[in-house]
Formats: sequence, C-alpha cells, structure tokens
Amino acid sequence: MALLEVRNLKKYFPIKTGILSRTIGDVRAVDGVTLTLERGETLGLVGESGCGKTTVGRSILRLTEPTSGQVTFNSQNLLELDREQMRQVRASLQIIFQDPFSSLDPRMSVGQIIAEPIRNHLKASRAERRDRVAYLMEKVGLHPEQMSRYPHEFSGGQRQRIGIARALALNPMAIICDEPVSALDVSIQAQVINLLIQLQEEMDLSYLFIAHDLSVVEHISDRVAVMYLGRIVELATDRELYQNPQHPYTQALMSAVPVPDPGIRKQRILLEGDVPSPLNPPSGCAFHTRCAERNEVCTHEEPTLRDLGDGHWVSCHLR
Amino acid sequence: MNGQVKPLLAIHGLATRFHTFEGMVNAVDGVDMEVFPGETLGLVGESGCGKSVTALSILQLLRCPPAEIRGRILFEGINLLDLGREGIRKIRGNSISMIFQEPMTSLNPVLTIGEQIAEAIVLHQGTSKQEAWERAVEMLQMVQIPEPGARARDYPHKLSGGMRQRAMIAMALSCHPQLLLADEPTTALDVTIQAQITSLMARLKEEFETSIVIITHNLGLIAEMARRVVVMYAGKVVEEAPVEELFKEPLHPYTQGLLGSIPWIGRKLKTGRRELQEIPGIVPSPLEMPEGCRFHPRCPRVMDICCEQEPPMVRLAEHRRVSCWLEAK
Repeated sequence: MALLEVRNLKKYFPIKTGILSRTIGDVRAVDGVTLTLERGETLGLVGESGCGKTTVGRSILRLTEPTSGQVTFNSQNLLELDREQMRQVRASLQIIFQDPFSSLDPRMSVGQIIAEPIRNHLKASRAERRDRVAYLMEKVGLHPEQMSRYPHEFSGGQRQRIGIARALALNPMAIICDEPVSALDVSIQAQVINLLIQLQEEMDLSYLFIAHDLSVVEHISDRVAVMYLGRIVELATDRELYQNPQHPYTQALMSAVPVPDPGIRKQRILLEGDVPSPLNPPSGCAFHTRCAERNEVCTHEEPTLRDLGDGHWVSCHLR
Repeated sequence: MNGQVKPLLAIHGLATRFHTFEGMVNAVDGVDMEVFPGETLGLVGESGCGKSVTALSILQLLRCPPAEIRGRILFEGINLLDLGREGIRKIRGNSISMIFQEPMTSLNPVLTIGEQIAEAIVLHQGTSKQEAWERAVEMLQMVQIPEPGARARDYPHKLSGGMRQRAMIAMALSCHPQLLLADEPTTALDVTIQAQITSLMARLKEEFETSIVIITHNLGLIAEMARRVVVMYAGKVVEEAPVEELFKEPLHPYTQGLLGSIPWIGRKLKTGRRELQEIPGIVPSPLEMPEGCRFHPRCPRVMDICCEQEPPMVRLAEHRRVSCWLEAK
C-alpha cells in the first residue's frame, strides 16, 4: 500500500460579501485530486500559478482544511483525526516552504528553530537536543558552530538548509516540498536539489515535490503529475512524460520551457490567453478555452483521468 | 558581425558604486561591452552580479548619491554620462527604453494604461493628446492585447501579469527606440505566458529593428533569444562569447559551473545522473570582495595566482574574451 494516498481531494474557498458575509460562490482551488506517493519515491506536482498545487500540499497536512476527499498516510485517515492526533502525524509528514525568508521566525536562533520540533514531540534533555541539532546542521551542510546565530545572518540557500534541517528533526517518512528552490539562484538551486537527493537516499524519504518549474520537477521526480485549474490533467513517470507527453496542456508546457541549447530550435506550441479564473471555471474540460485540439465534446463534458497503461494517466477526451 | 559596423552602444570602464552605512559597495566594477545595431545581447549572471545596475546606469535611473557612476557610456558616439538631467531625459523612453521584471510595480497604478503610453509619446514626439492616444491604442494592438481600445482605458490592476508585461512592452516601444533594455522581462510570469512574451519580443524586434539587451539569470532564455552573451560575476565581466560557443565551449569555470548546475528537461535521462554539478559556496558579499579573482573561493580549478592577482581580460577573438588565469598563459 502506498505511503500517502489522496483521493478526490477538494478545497473550495468561499467568496463572501456584504455585512452578512453571504457566500456568493466558491474558488475551486483543488477540484478532485487523486494521487499516491510510494515509500522512497519522489512525486512531482507541477503547474502554473493558481493551479492549486500549493493548496494540495497544505490540504494534505490540513494546514488548510480540505472541503472533502480522503487522505491516507501510513494507513491512517488524516481527515478523521483530531488536533492532537494530527500533530502526532506531522512528526512523520513534514513540509518545507518556498520562501526561506518568511518561513523562519526571525526572533529565534537557528538552534532553537531546528530544536523546536524535538522539544514539541520528544522528551529529550537539553544536551541531547543540542547534539541532535548539531548532527542535523552538519547533515544539511551547515556549520554547527553557527547554532546561536539568527536567520538574517544567513543567505537564502543556507536558510533553505535550515528549513530542511527542521523538517528532518523528527526522522520523517515523507516531506512535502513546496517550491523549495524557486527563490534561489541557479548555482544555489543545484546545491539544494543535490542535498534533497542525497538525503532521500540516506534516509529513505518520500517527497511530494511541488514546483512551477517543469525542468526542476522533471529532474528530481520519479513520477510527475501536471495540474491545471485544480485538477490533475496528466500523471506519468518522468521518462514517459519526457518522451511521450499526451495532454495538450502538458505538451504546451513542455514546449514553452526554454532549453539551454542554442542549437535546438524547437517547435513551440503557443497557448492563447491566460488561465481562466477558478471562481468561474469553463464548463467541460477546464482547458478547452486554450486548447488547439478541442472539439464539441470538450466544451460540455468533463474528461476523467484514465490509465493509458504503464502508470500513464491522462485526462483528455481525445486520447 | 564584422569590424566595420559601429556599435550602437559602447560601454567603457563602467563603475557604479553605492555609498552605504556599512561602506562602499562596488556593484559594477570596470565593465566593458558593446551592443550593435539590430542584435540581441544577453547579459547573464546571478543576483547581485551587477547586471541590473549596469542597465540602470546606462539610463541613469539610480539616485546619485548614494550611487556614483563612472566610466563612459557612448550611445551613437555621445557619452550619456555627460548629458545631464535634461539631456538623459530626452533619451529615456525615446531612443533607449527599458522594461522591468515587475510589471505591477513599474506601472503607475493611478493612470490608465493608455494615459501612460500616451504620456511618453506626447513628451518625446510632441504630438497632440488625441494623436498620442490613438498611437497608444495602436501599440496595444501591436502587442496583441485583445480589445485594445477598451484596455487602454483600464487601470493596471485590472490586467493579468502577462497583459501588464505586454502593456510595458507597448510603452517601451511607443517611440520606436533604437535600444531596448529588458531586465528579467519574463521572470515574474508563468512559462506559457513567458513563451508568449518572448515570441512577441522576437517579432517586434524584427519589425522595429530594435537592438535588445536581455538581462536574465535564465540560461534557457539566453540560448533562445541572444546572439552574443556577456557573463557577469560579482560586478565584473568574466566571459563574452557568441551564444553557440558559450554553450558548447564555456571557458570560465564560473560559466562552466553555471551550465552544469541547471536542470533541463531530459537531462537526467540523457546523462543518467540525478545529481547536478554544484558551484560550492555562495556569491561574495559586495562589502568583502575576495582578493585576486573574485571567483577563486568557489573555483574548482583555483591556482595560487588566482588568490593574489586579478586576472586580465584575455581577448581570444572578436567578441570572444574571458577573464581567467587559466587562459592568460
């Protein structure tokens, strides 16, 4: 059985108006997402801004309460747990955030930040905590002597390492990585990606790797899920996705990513217009307004995610 | 490009520094580069390398003091640094214009899109307001904004990020500049929108015969748009090359590291490696620049001389130069 199983996850944010806060509609940030994460695997979740990928990550951990669906982690149904039980689960299901500047408390020293989960979850003496923090700092490539320094004294890449050390503090089984490298410069980005790969091999970690940058996601992931307007449109192994992308949106996304090779002049599929508003998503297939291949059925009937074989899933009427 | 073509823009020994409380920050330190008519030059580097400050120095969009700009910036043979406030104002938005990374903060929120574009046209071309408005709408059509007449009456907040960047481009091109400085023009945008904007820029460049300096950290974008590339590190030019040569045979260890550290689609399958090449360490603080070569603390091929003496700029061919002791022998 998969370590993490998400079934038909939905998160609607109500739009309220007036003094009586009447609900006039919903933003369907996540609209029926199903995915699984195996032990030791990296599942990439990629999409453009507003597609709901971050909300999926936050809903799994119930940092935002999902509207409906099912989340099973390590044979426990997370959506039925009370606060205290959920707190216990978060020891083995951790998260790393995008912004290394706002995700660390500026008034706590690095040692305190990394020790906080240990203090909250384990009975450990001060000396034991200290040793553990020193061990973790070394593990993520920081100098343990810098334990008493504050976040502002570190660069962006180092701060992201602090966030990773904090996530590792309780030996988690899985980490949700929400855009962990997108705020970093390219040379630093490579350092953090390598660190994540190396930690995964050493500690048998599973990652749900959420990012907008397809080249980063494709590089780090074993399988990739592509999201558009709150739904998964395609899910495949990295090889399948690279060699044989099926959904017109995936194809356009892949062709839009610039390749660092001036010799390649690739055929680019240009999508028209912007992503529609999730407040008022198009009928039928949510992508049909920008799809070059759309036909009659796409405009009124919503496609479902179907297995094309070899774990390659696609949600398109034409495939 | 042959030797007879005169550069449109020639920068010699540009040094821009800032007086700060903590000391002097040499953001740009002795930069030389040329831009030729009709070409697209890529200026690449990581944050803090001085690429944006170079562009801002060209148009003198820095408050002086605390900034101090030295050197020569020759545009069609005239040193822009000698022009004074009024002189440079006639150039800005007219023969040289700029587009910025943040389409939200660089548009005026209390003027409609049309007013903002028309403003520059009235100022530089001396047309009537009516005429300028018509030109503004025409420009919006040119950058493929749907219903340009209606959008011209909208305020910036009503437009999406991609549409705002189109409006910025319309504004920048409204006076048919000879040179366009594009500072991370697509960094804030989603990839599908980025693809729209880059193809639009390529088309408009052909139409207007504008030279473009594209400033970015994204090597994919450089490969796609630029003909010639200048790589900067810690305020200095480290390498220059035609784009194919830069990607095929990068000479500076920094350029090599940069190319090795980027993931691209299919890289893992082609190379069979999950790990990326790393450049160890971090970019030096501009307050404490290393002695000798500024890259030496992170360089995998560092030699004794690199720690002591600054490397000379070695010219290998026209538009092919590198600043590294490995090439200086």
